[in-house]
Amino acid sequence: MTKLLELKSVYAGYDNKLVLKDVNLTVKENDFLGIIGPNGGGKTTLLKVILGLIKPIEGQVNFDNIDDNLIGYLPQINTIDKKFPIPVREVVLSGLMSHKKLFGRYKSEDKEKAKVLMEQMGILHLRNKNIGELSGGQLQRVFLCRAIISDPQILILDEPDTYVDSHFETELYGVLDQLNDHMAIIVVSHDIGTISSHVKTIACVNGSLCYHDSNVINQEQLKTYNCPIDLITHGEVPHRVLKKH
Amino acid sequence: MNEIIELLSYSFFQNAIGAAILASISCGIIGTYIVARRIVFISGGITHASFGGIGIAWFLGFNPVFGAAVFGVLSALSIEWVSKKTDVRQDSVIGILWALGMALGIIFIYMTPGYAPNLMSYLFGSILTVSSLDLYLLVALCLITILVFAFMMRPIVYVAFDESYAQTHKAPVQFLNYLMIALVALAIVLNIRVVGIILVISFLTIPQTIANMFTQDFGKMILGAIGFGILGSLLGLFMAYKLNVPSGATIIFSFVILFIIAKLVQLSLLKFKR
Repeated sequence: MTKLLELKSVYAGYDNKLVLKDVNLTVKENDFLGIIGPNGGGKTTLLKVILGLIKPIEGQVNFDNIDDNLIGYLPQINTIDKKFPIPVREVVLSGLMSHKKLFGRYKSEDKEKAKVLMEQMGILHLRNKNIGELSGGQLQRVFLCRAIISDPQILILDEPDTYVDSHFETELYGVLDQLNDHMAIIVVSHDIGTISSHVKTIACVNGSLCYHDSNVINQEQLKTYNCPIDLITHGEVPHRVLKKH
Repeated sequence: MNEIIELLSYSFFQNAIGAAILASISCGIIGTYIVARRIVFISGGITHASFGGIGIAWFLGFNPVFGAAVFGVLSALSIEWVSKKTDVRQDSVIGILWALGMALGIIFIYMTPGYAPNLMSYLFGSILTVSSLDLYLLVALCLITILVFAFMMRPIVYVAFDESYAQTHKAPVQFLNYLMIALVALAIVLNIRVVGIILVISFLTIPQTIANMFTQDFGKMILGAIGFGILGSLLGLFMAYKLNVPSGATIIFSFVILFIIAKLVQLSLLKFKR
């Protein structure tokens, strides 16, 4: 499979605080990577490094076989100003920003593309509503449309399962499974249970990164949480076995 | 009615009406950006900092508007720079610049020998005495602002809405932020002649807030803000003439009256919908 992204011994952090130490990660075509780890462990920092929002202190971030280094990105919903005067259709269109020059006009085919996508996601009837009028699940759909309208080769989702009900969560991972046919997906989540039943590989970030070529979580990985935790296993039917303390 | 027609024949009053309309257009556009991006406090800081420029220009003997423009734009750019590049708390920096500008203004105006300028006209504005130079500058400001928004409204709105997302798309975030904060400073400084330092912030926020009650669309909010701006400032202008009080104060007063009427209309519309 074609390699899309490679992080080589990356160190990154803010000011004097080193958050990521010696992180190595490779993302290939059709990968579906789940990133888990405790709060403050560096999940978001890792995403920021990949997205180019912060420069690593040391190490390399290489993109291979990617046009314009284009990555689809769904940020954490609580970083969004929901009172901002912007309707849904404009949020979706803003996902085409990198295809436009500074003075570039949006053509009718761009608007048509946004319309088709909103139709697929079931939010077309909301297109003229302000983002402040939407529910958590509707908002996530809008931002998912924005993230994928540019047909990125890598899609990154930062905690897409916060502020949504379990119904939407199931639906979301259904959509992601379909998208995974033509793009690599990286998803960060708190919810180890849900994430492990959908992704193909799992990485734990707690300062450093341990990478696992399967979606079965073992004792070793859970140690990164430094606390007793539910152990999740997958049989024919996904089920949970609670560990003795 | 005859009185109004007679009034309209005076050239000073025609200038005042022109200034009110031009101020409404420039403030309508820039103010919508200020309100949407929640940088009202930054704008307040820039407004008061520019008073330092007025004082220095007066002391050195050139047109205060240019002193204010240089000072306003420089303080705007430094606020933007400080908040992005250093870990100093942004609102503290604004507080310091705010007070420093006012202090410098007072010091230099008092140090200037001879007749002290009419401080009140800078603090509260005097739309009835605008010069043709003021009008030309306002026309230029309106043209620049309209051009910038005609060609770049989408990138400007997208960056203001979600800066880090825009950055992942390699949008010129930094360029747009500096451009916009400089435009904010210019709009503030040139409109100080119309409504004054103390009241210019309401010209940049009240019409926008009224428009925001009826639309959530950035572009429509701009048009609404311009409309309410023209309506309120013309009402205020006549009130100022009638009562013989500073026009800045009466313009803001009529804005607030419009705001209250709009709020009542909005509430009754909501009731009607249910």
